[in-house]
Amino acid sequence: MDKHCKFCGTAEQEQKLKAVIEESRDMPGCLMHILQEAQGIYGFLPIEVQKIIAEGLNISLSEVYGVVTFYSQFSLTPKGKNRISVCLGTACYVKGSDKILEEVEKQLGIKCGQCTEDGLFSIDSCRCVGACGLAPVMMINDEVYGKLTPKMVKGILDKYREVK
Amino acid sequence: MTTQQLDAIRESKSDLIKVRRIVKEEGEKLAKKTGYRKQVLVCGGTGCTSSHSMKVIEQLEKSIKELGLKDVLVVKTGCFGLCALGPIMIVYPEGAFYSQVTPEHAKVIAEKHLVKGGEMVREYLYKGTLAEDGKVIPFAETPFYKKQMRIALRNCGVIAPEDIEEAIAAGDYAALEKVLTTMTPDDVINEMLASGLRGRGGAGFPTGRKWSFAKASQSDVKYVCCNADEGDPGAFMDRSVLEGDPHCVLEAMAIAGYAIGSNNGFIYVRAEYPVAVERLQIAVKQAREYGLLGKNILDSGFDFDIEIRLGAGAFVCGEETALMRSIEGHRGEPRPRPPFPAVKGLFDKPTILNNVETWANVNPIIMNGAAWFSSIGTKTSSGTKVFALGGKITNVGLVEVPMGTTLREIVEEIGGGIPGGKKFKAAQTGGPSGGCIPASCIDVPIDYDSLIAIGSMMGSGGMIILDEDTCMVDISKFYLEFTADESCGKCTPCRIGTKRLLQLLTKITEGKGEPDDINKIQELSEHMRQSSLCALGQTAPNPILSTLRYFRDEYDEHINKKVCRAGVCKALFTYHIIADKCRGCTLCARNCPVQAISGALKQPHVIDTAKCVKCGLCIANCKFDAIERI
Repeated sequence: MDKHCKFCGTAEQEQKLKAVIEESRDMPGCLMHILQEAQGIYGFLPIEVQKIIAEGLNISLSEVYGVVTFYSQFSLTPKGKNRISVCLGTACYVKGSDKILEEVEKQLGIKCGQCTEDGLFSIDSCRCVGACGLAPVMMINDEVYGKLTPKMVKGILDKYREVK
Repeated sequence: MTTQQLDAIRESKSDLIKVRRIVKEEGEKLAKKTGYRKQVLVCGGTGCTSSHSMKVIEQLEKSIKELGLKDVLVVKTGCFGLCALGPIMIVYPEGAFYSQVTPEHAKVIAEKHLVKGGEMVREYLYKGTLAEDGKVIPFAETPFYKKQMRIALRNCGVIAPEDIEEAIAAGDYAALEKVLTTMTPDDVINEMLASGLRGRGGAGFPTGRKWSFAKASQSDVKYVCCNADEGDPGAFMDRSVLEGDPHCVLEAMAIAGYAIGSNNGFIYVRAEYPVAVERLQIAVKQAREYGLLGKNILDSGFDFDIEIRLGAGAFVCGEETALMRSIEGHRGEPRPRPPFPAVKGLFDKPTILNNVETWANVNPIIMNGAAWFSSIGTKTSSGTKVFALGGKITNVGLVEVPMGTTLREIVEEIGGGIPGGKKFKAAQTGGPSGGCIPASCIDVPIDYDSLIAIGSMMGSGGMIILDEDTCMVDISKFYLEFTADESCGKCTPCRIGTKRLLQLLTKITEGKGEPDDINKIQELSEHMRQSSLCALGQTAPNPILSTLRYFRDEYDEHINKKVCRAGVCKALFTYHIIADKCRGCTLCARNCPVQAISGALKQPHVIDTAKCVKCGLCIANCKFDAIERI
């Protein structure tokens, strides 16, 4: 994993982030908002980005790090080009979404929370996307795939491999 | 905006909305007045958009244009409730209810039904609306809708949530108008107290009392907050309200602001709900433009504005003090109470926090009166409750029923029973804080107190139906994995207790359980209940305790006989081929992902249990029932 984590933020990204910090600095409780925007800009929140935020807001890096690691949506590592998120909410779980996750892991040869070597896919699990009527579901980027069986997984993943 | 202007908007579109509420002849007459011969409502909630309702709308608009049907209106609404059969589309004034609509269906419906003199396309109608004699019955009379009573969801699936004028015409902001022009803050609080409305987020604290405490607190600044951090897995009530009728929440928060003396509101909403977030943002923007938020609302001199804050995926932020810490931009950790938020809450100022569904009940209470509201439901639990019905049930979806409705009515009538002829085993309510209601309690009325008496809780409204294929030990383990993962780590009983409970349960599901484990679980659970800082830890043992209460035999089987009767706990069974029944078709061997099955064509096959990963594909594929699980 580590070799993919090398930070290669651009000056343009940094400028954008600094603009966000300036805009939001006076909003009470702005840290969460800035982190959300920063993750939108960089795709994840490596320590370098956290440092820019801590300096910009004149707060300690440990405070920023504390908030980042508290919330599951903030990620310290980069995500794949295609973000797979298998729902493990109750409605999906009782309909066998654990088997869907197993199959995705098997197909890609990585575990939940990891990113493939080529950076094409990353797998996460989530708790309920609210499409319980379609259980079990998984999301790839913003697309929801519902009423899944393990057999359907390969075909769905192949679609994303082709557009590489 | 003045009250006259508000009334004018309501009047101008009221017929349009009325057509969608009354089905039958009256609707036809009214439809003529509106200038729209047909109105086509398509669900744009998360459930239906996931099954591509947006493509249905695109196709519909295209076909309508091609056919030159200028008197047909297409409306993208919120959730109709029957999510399992989405995308859903209703055509008014006749109220034709189409289910599982594809773009192709939409094209045919436009050509055959929406054209002048067109007829309903029967084969695409929801099967529940086709009576045995061939007649089409109104969808409101189908088993799924008949026993429902929509108060909180009154406008969901009726209006276009992104159009404030439709919301106004459907009755939103009428209560705010009434409050600002005819009621004092005390009147409002008294009405809320008399209504008996209790918090719909789970704990069931009387809303009116919460408001009266905050009113009594002296402070220059006070806050009104909305908890839209619906983190309970399998629950989507609040999301549906936000997606279907966001204005009702804004209005109710303004009413509360007037009642307690606050000018600032915050909505804390899950970032995992992109559609709800977008509609809320649109709603706030429109409400400001129309002067229904901001300075001097309806010329009353009352100021109120709302900010939206996004969560970032932490279940504990549904707890009130944790939620406020998160809005303040910190780690969302709860703090000890007292002081309660009504005294010292957000930014250390007096704050009230109610969840979305609670807010959705405020307008009807103000408009129809507390006496009307408290006449619905039971004595101690007035009104209705929205449930997200999921799991092993035919009609997965969103239902709103009067308090006191029995579980049997919800499962068998509204829910349409268990699919595949399986047996009902239990209903899980209250999510990770709640418990399981076993089949023996299926006639218990659903209200706050009855559920607590049988060891579960109302919770926010997730209701997951479990059948005989669900292992109760495994489901407890599932919830403990959740709470162990989501425990914020601030207090020791919850941080370590959830981990230890999970270890014990894992041990049992792996066939390593010892008889003393149950005692350990019970003792630890009691400590966690008494000493955890917030409700997350205090209620985390509930799923285990309630399953122990009703399904103790399953725990004993796991521990003593090393058997999982539901066939879920993989360590406790193996697959075998019954030689007499096997025809040697090779289907199982071809499908086995680990090549654990061998045998020649037309000869009985054998499973190598050492290789088998117990995925169950063979048993699912076998056409001769030749594979058994022991």
